Amino acid sequence: MDEHHIIEISCEHVILEISNYIDGEITLDLRARMEEHIRGCKHCAAVLDGTTNTLRLIADGRAFEGAFDLPAGFSERLRQRLAAHA
Amino acid sequence: MRAIATIPNQREADLISRIKAGERDLFYELIQPYQRTVYAAAFSVLGNASDAEDAAQEAFLKALTHLGQFRAEAKFSTWLVQIALNEARLRIRKDRKGLYSSIDEGAQDDDGEYFPIDYADWREIPSETLQRKELKEALQRALATLKPIYREVLVLRDIEHLSITETAAALNITEASVKTRLLRARLMMRDSLAPGFDGSWSVGSPTYKKVRPF
Repeated sequence: MDEHHIIEISCEHVILEISNYIDGEITLDLRARMEEHIRGCKHCAAVLDGTTNTLRLIADGRAFEGAFDLPAGFSERLRQRLAAHA
Repeated sequence: MRAIATIPNQREADLISRIKAGERDLFYELIQPYQRTVYAAAFSVLGNASDAEDAAQEAFLKALTHLGQFRAEAKFSTWLVQIALNEARLRIRKDRKGLYSSIDEGAQDDDGEYFPIDYADWREIPSETLQRKELKEALQRALATLKPIYREVLVLRDIEHLSITETAAALNITEASVKTRLLRARLMMRDSLAPGFDGSWSVGSPTYKKVRPF
C-alpha cells in the first residue's frame, strides 16, 4: 500500500491501541497507520516512548527486587507443610 | 528477565499421573518451578509478604488435595495461579487489613477510557537508573496504588511474563479484558514515572510542572 493512502487515525485511537501495538497484537494495516500517525505526532510518540520505557524498567529484574522474590525460607516451609499434608 | 520456568510438558504430565496414583511426595518436584509466580500472584492481590506467603502456601496445599480435579487440557501453571488468586481473594474478604486498601471487589467492569498525561516528549529513563532507590520506590509505589484489577494483569503479564491467553485463564476473564486492563495499567504506570523522567526523581517537585507542555 502506498504510504500516502494509509487512512489517518486519531490520537485517541492510537492511544487505545498502544498497549496492543507494543505486544504485537494488531494487524499489519493498523500498525502501519499507527506508525504513520506517530511519526507526525510528538504527543503520541511521547506516550509510546514513555510506555515502552516504563515496560522495559518493569520487566527488569531490579525494578521489583525483593517485592516479588520468595521470602527467605519459603521453600523449606512449603516442603515441611507438604510433607505433613502428604 | 523471568519467564515461567517450564519443565518439559511430558515430564510434568508423568509427574501428575504418578502423584494422582499415590506418589504424593513427588508434588514438590512438580510445583518447584512455579513457586515464585504463585507467590507473585498472591502478592499482587494482597500486597504484603506475610499474607502472600500464607496464601501461596495454602494454594499449594489445596492444589495437592485437589490434583485429581486438574484436567490435562489446562496448563498446570495457570491452574496453580488461579488457585493462588482465589486463595488470596478469600483472605481479603476475611480480613481487610492488607496493605492495599482500594479493594473494589465488585469492580469487575473496567473503568472508562484513560488518557495518559500529555507531554511533548519523553526523555528515556535508562535501565541503569534502577540502581537508584528513588526509581525503584516510585515503581513499587505506582504498582501499589493501582486498583487490584489493573495490578493483577500487570504483575502476571509484565512482571511474571505470562502470555495474554495464560493471564486471561488465570484471572478467568476474556483476552479482550486482559488487553483493556493492561492498556490502562501500563499507561498509569507510565504516568506515575513522569514526574521524574526529566532526571529529577523528586516526585511532587516543581520540575513536574515544568516538563508539561501546558
